[in-house]
Amino acid sequence: MRLTPKSATLLALVVLIALAPVFFPSGFYYRVGALIFVNALAVTGIVILTGWAGQISLGHAGFAGIGAYACALAPVHWGIHPALAILLGAAISAVLAWLVGRPILRLKGYYLAVASLGMGILISMVLNNERWLTRGPDGIDVPELGLRDVLKDAGLSLTNGQFWYFLCGIVLVIGAWLALNLHDSATGRALRALHGSEVAARTVGMDVARLKLQAFVISAVYASVSGSLLALQNKFITPDVAGFMHSVEMVTMAVLGGVGSVAGAIFGAAVLTLLPQVLTVFAEYEQLVLGLVMVLVMIFLREGVVPSILRKIRGSGE
Amino acid sequence: MSELLQFLLSGVTVGAVYALVALGFTIIYNASDVVNFAQGEFVMLGGMITVMAYTAGAPLPLAALAAVVATAAIGVAMNKLAIEPARGAPVVSLVIITIGASIFIRGAAQLVFGKQIHTFPAFSGDDPIRILGATILPQSLWVIAGSVAVFIGLWLFFTRTLLGRAVLATSNNRLAAQLVGINTPFVMTLSFAMSAGIGALSGVLVTPITMTSYDVGLAFALKGFAAAMLGGMGNPKGALVGGFTLGVLEGLTAGYISSQYKDAAAFIVILAVLFFMPQGLFGRKSTDRV
Repeated sequence: MRLTPKSATLLALVVLIALAPVFFPSGFYYRVGALIFVNALAVTGIVILTGWAGQISLGHAGFAGIGAYACALAPVHWGIHPALAILLGAAISAVLAWLVGRPILRLKGYYLAVASLGMGILISMVLNNERWLTRGPDGIDVPELGLRDVLKDAGLSLTNGQFWYFLCGIVLVIGAWLALNLHDSATGRALRALHGSEVAARTVGMDVARLKLQAFVISAVYASVSGSLLALQNKFITPDVAGFMHSVEMVTMAVLGGVGSVAGAIFGAAVLTLLPQVLTVFAEYEQLVLGLVMVLVMIFLREGVVPSILRKIRGSGE
Repeated sequence: MSELLQFLLSGVTVGAVYALVALGFTIIYNASDVVNFAQGEFVMLGGMITVMAYTAGAPLPLAALAAVVATAAIGVAMNKLAIEPARGAPVVSLVIITIGASIFIRGAAQLVFGKQIHTFPAFSGDDPIRILGATILPQSLWVIAGSVAVFIGLWLFFTRTLLGRAVLATSNNRLAAQLVGINTPFVMTLSFAMSAGIGALSGVLVTPITMTSYDVGLAFALKGFAAAMLGGMGNPKGALVGGFTLGVLEGLTAGYISSQYKDAAAFIVILAVLFFMPQGLFGRKSTDRV
């Protein structure tokens, strides 16, 4: 039997998530795993936007910030259940992405990068300055999701680390599955066509602006859900989640793994999430390393690590 | 009235810096169609290297000169090491490369200069000059004069010298320029050197007023870009007008609305330009050759 690349990616992902805990030396690694999944989810959104639609966002952390603070604020102020707050955050992010993207994506060129950069800075400015609502730079507590207790009552008892590991893992698999479906759909093909040549795509009658807008909105939802999951599992969030460096991390993870590939996104997220955990000195050099990775990958491995390796393997097999 | 004048004067001062950053953007954009996201880091480097040379004992003018020359060299190195090897790469890759270079420079600056805020003394003292009830620092006059001088210098260079025309020819059509014997790689090197040098100069001029630290580049890049877009991407006159306009808008926002949100002015300007006049004030509608 021959697997399509889509089912191969999903199968590998499920097996990896299910089997990895066997090798965990301590409970701490469940937390690292959950962080990897949260980042990989956001980076999957970047793959849709940058890898397929050919647009760059430097403000995606802003959407993560919206998702995170929706979970922190909505349950306390409006009595909304944290699980619904995830959806609320995603809806707000989608509307904002639509409003910002609509005028910009009609135009060709770098404008989304700049406008999203400005938007991200504005969101993090609001989160830092509106202390009456967000408590400012010191951060704010996030309510308990409550799902773990429900599972406990149903007879499935998990530690906090295990619970978040598997929940984030499941969300990532769903996110990857949706993204891969999109990739193979008419919209996905159209997106990749317009990345190849916008003029050609326009000539064959594609609504280029609408396609790019769709990609931007979808990727904003991914980032927002990722921010929500991060806030809920930490039970605490600071405006750093919406900061510029977080946006850069997302782009770098996508670029490193392979900006056109979902498997690459997950690989890139895993490497750059593990690095600071393994190397404590990394914090000092984080910007240096991220910048260098972006430049070097773009010059020497333009497709990213995972697609380049896959090509090597296939090439030698034939 | 004097209040309004005060806000305008401080707006014009920062506007002069934004105009310089926008001019730097414009030069590289014209020569190579690359939007250089590392432009703001040149401003940071200008200020930081001056601080370092000055605290090491160099006289201020010499320290400033060293900063401009060193930053120009860094700009050339960036072109040689990061941009040129990726020639022919899709636009997305080039954008990611300049973003990567900018993050790299930030990271290196953090290691070399530390995370502290630095400054050095103003060129002609700190006694404010009074104008109609408002005050302006002598250093502000330096900044404004500097940006006007750079603009005039660039204008003369591009219209009166053979080399300047070679740059313009390259920006119009790279292949045609090559065919008539213009050394286009040299033109690229020159453009990055000029652009980085101008960025560094603006950093040198403004640091005594705003101070500097390793992470100030990003804000300058965003605002310089907003100014360049407002004026019309690729148009030096537009960069100058756009810079001063943005500065004044920011000054008024800080004065009348909220100083915490003055940085939002740049973002609003970007959106407004994209909504209502994507070509900017002086830009021309562009079409693509297929």
